[in-house]
Formats: sequence, structure tokens, C-alpha cells
Amino acid sequence: MSGALQVFRNRDFWLRCLSAAALLAVWQIAAAAAASPLLPGPAVVTAALVKLLLHGRLLTDLGISLARVAASFVLAMAIGSAIGIVMGRSRRIDRLFDLWLILGLNIPALVIILLCYVWIGLGEAAAVTAVALNKVPTCAVILREGARAIDRELLQVAEVLRLSWWRRMRKVYLPQLYPYFMSATRAGLALIWKIVLVVELIGRSNGVGFQLGVYFQFFDIANILAYTASFVAVVMAVEAFAIRPLEQSLTRWRA
Amino acid sequence: MNALEVAIARKSYPRERGELVAIEGLDFTVRQGQFACIVGPSGCGKTTLLSIIAGLDRDYQGVVSRNGRNLGMVFQTPRLMPWLSARENVRLAIDPPPRAPGRAEEMLAEMQLEPFLDAFPRQLSGGQQRRVALARAFVNAPDLLLLDEQFLSLDAPTAQHLRELLLSLWARRRPTILFVTHDLREALSLGDRVLFLTAGPARLALDLPLDLPRPRHPDDATIEAMRVRLLESHPDLLRGLTAGGAAESAA
Repeated sequence: MSGALQVFRNRDFWLRCLSAAALLAVWQIAAAAAASPLLPGPAVVTAALVKLLLHGRLLTDLGISLARVAASFVLAMAIGSAIGIVMGRSRRIDRLFDLWLILGLNIPALVIILLCYVWIGLGEAAAVTAVALNKVPTCAVILREGARAIDRELLQVAEVLRLSWWRRMRKVYLPQLYPYFMSATRAGLALIWKIVLVVELIGRSNGVGFQLGVYFQFFDIANILAYTASFVAVVMAVEAFAIRPLEQSLTRWRA
Repeated sequence: MNALEVAIARKSYPRERGELVAIEGLDFTVRQGQFACIVGPSGCGKTTLLSIIAGLDRDYQGVVSRNGRNLGMVFQTPRLMPWLSARENVRLAIDPPPRAPGRAEEMLAEMQLEPFLDAFPRQLSGGQQRRVALARAFVNAPDLLLLDEQFLSLDAPTAQHLRELLLSLWARRRPTILFVTHDLREALSLGDRVLFLTAGPARLALDLPLDLPRPRHPDDATIEAMRVRLLESHPDLLRGLTAGGAAESAA
């Protein structure tokens, strides 16, 4: 069984390698055909990336953007989950605030960003708030679904066993929400990665988004792609080394 | 001494038009250490009665007083936490949570579940899940144990095995047991006493003390004879009860 799984995994791995190589090949061919600085090939971008890593401020910018992602993610998850759980538990509160939620879901991200900068000021607080606000409604909607699906029968067990509030939360209530927390995390990060760059482009003087804006003004595509590649690499690493292991440990019992 | 005194004047559920009266004028007491079976047709309010006794449902008119602090309840379905292993499910009942292995493991061993300590409920059979649920209810040495339609969804040998397990635990620890079923033969084979409820609203129809030697089996000739005699003497009373151990999902 485990042997068969190994072979399957190997084949899967090689398919992925092949796919990546094909992507590089298409890029290389397109670059060669265009023969323009506006579409640099993989080699040029790699060289730019190495230079940025060694002499540029790439790592600083990445760090700053990541810090903003982390801050707004934590903020949005905390507020969004709380709103969602409260709305999922009480029909009346749900009816009362449903419209607000729909409104929040449909306001364009750019409008929220602009208003935050206008109302809070062109600072770090406004940037983090803007990113977080964009994610709060999505998170609330997902957690509301989770709170609605809570199994009352299991809560009765907790009542009969006279569990303390903390144990009831940890062993009975929250585990039912874990899948929803995970999907809110996934959906949230996907959104935040993108919005944080826009926020930086519009109103910050550091971070990946700001730097992309600078290179855009010079039509410096090689550096834009180098920044992009490093950012994507970080996103994928977070997914592979943080989110997936966390999800696996939380859903171990389903195996 | 009475372990349990029940005097429910009325329990009803709101319905679109009016209300559904589940229990009306139900009075009985259960002696300490007694194994009392409650029999009644499906949907007559037996589960409601257990919820009230367990304190899960406080919306009723009347008085229920329990003597003794520790309550154990085994629901109609095992209701294990799917994300906790068998061991963790039983430990959940222990307060404060134990650091070292001990009572939970011993209890599971008594249920012959030693090889499955770390299995998740999904990996266990229906009978094994029931045994974990029983272990969870017994681990606190309850004074009063409520069991709701326990063994009816299992195949006959598994059900009988679990009945014997329950009886042996009861014999050793002597909790007061309230065992709800709609299978008359099961009730006759288990209890010291059988309380018959009417079809809803539930009321006490007959209080039958049983003084039969143990061990008994639901298929014993004496049990069957007793069942037939009861059905003859109280034809209306017991209408709606299933004769055998047929699986039935009560509302």
C-alpha cells in the first residue's frame, strides 16, 4: 500500500516538474520571439533577481509586505470570525446585520483602500486596516456558515458532562469550526496577498507593491518579474510549510 | 431511598397550530440502585423525558429531583466527538482532565476496547462506538445512568453482548439505571421493573415490578411467555410496541 503510494507520489512529482519546465520553455520561446526588453526571458529575470537579492532592497521589501499581510490577516480573522460566529448563532442578529455584510462584500477593494487613506491618514494603520477590512466580510460569511452547522447534539453531550466553558470550546465547539477556519484562511490569504500590493502601491513608500510601482514607471520589466517571482515563492512556501501541515493536523481524524 | 423523583405535570412543544403535548401528568420514583426500564411506543415522549431528567430541557411544568451528583447519559446515537480518539472521548468526561493514563484506559479495557484506545470514532464499528459511549458514561461512576434506545440498531449478538456488559457493570457499581426502549422483550430481560408509558402524551400506564432470576435473555421462554401474557391482559396499553428487536428510528 505504502509502496504503491510512493510510486504515485513520484509520478505526481515528475508531472509537476514537467509542467514547470514547459512553462519556462513557453516563456523562453516567447521572449526570444519578442526580442524586446519589455519581455525579458528567464535568464535575464534570474540575473535581476540575484542582483536584487545581493545588492537591492528586495528582502527588506518582502519582509515589510509580509509583516503587513500578517498583521491584517490576524486582525481580519479575529474580527471576521467573531462577527460570523455571532451572526451564525443568532437568527435575529443575522437578520439585523445581513445587509451590512452584503454591502461589505460588494464594496470594491479600491474604494475601501482610498477611504481608509483619506479618513485614517497615509500611514501604516490605514494600510493594515484597509487590507483587513477587505477580508472581514468574506471571513464572516464563511464562519457564519460554520456556526450555523454546529451540531447541537454534541453540545448536549458537553452539557451532560458538565464541561467547563474552556473545555467545551476547545474540545467540542471549536473543532467543529476548524474546517471553516481553514477555508477562511485560504480564501483570506489569497485575497490579502493581492490587496496588500495595491495598498502599498497607492499609499506606502516601501514594500513589494511600492517597489513594483517604481519599476513600472521605468518600464523595468525584468525587475518587476524578479519581485513577482520572489513574492510568489514566499506565498507558495507559506502554503506548503504552514497552511497545509496545519490543515493536515486539524483534519487527521478524517483519514 | 429514592434516587429519582419525577412529577411532570405537562411538557409541550409549540407547533404551527397550537402545541404538541409530549408528556402530561407523569409521576414516578425510582429507588437507589434499581434498574428501571421505560417502555412506550415510538414517539411517545421517552427521549423528551430523559432530556428533562438530564437537565437538558428545562422548559416544562413540574418537578424532577435527582439524588446524587453524578449523572451519566448515553444517547440514542453514540455522539462521540469525531475529532477525539476513543481514549480522549472518555477522558473528556473526567474533570479535571487527567495527565497520566488511568481511569479512561481502565474503563475502555473493561469494554474490551484496549486495542482501539487511539482509534478515531470513524474507524470503529457501530458496536464499538456504543461501547466507547458507555465507557464515557460510566467513567465518572454515575449515581444515575440514563440510557436511550441503546441496542436496537445493532445486530442481535452484538446487542446481547452489550446488554450483558451493561448488566455486569451495573452489578458491580450499582448505579440507578433508567433504560428507555420500545422493545418489550428487551425491557423484560433487563429490568427490575418496567414502566409502561402511553402513546403521547406520555403518562404512566402500568408499573410492573419484575422478580425474575438473572441471567435472562430476550429470547428466553419465560420472557416470551410473560410478554404474551402482558399483551393479552393489556391489549390496548401496549399497542404500538415492536415485538422483536427490529431497528427503528424514533423521532
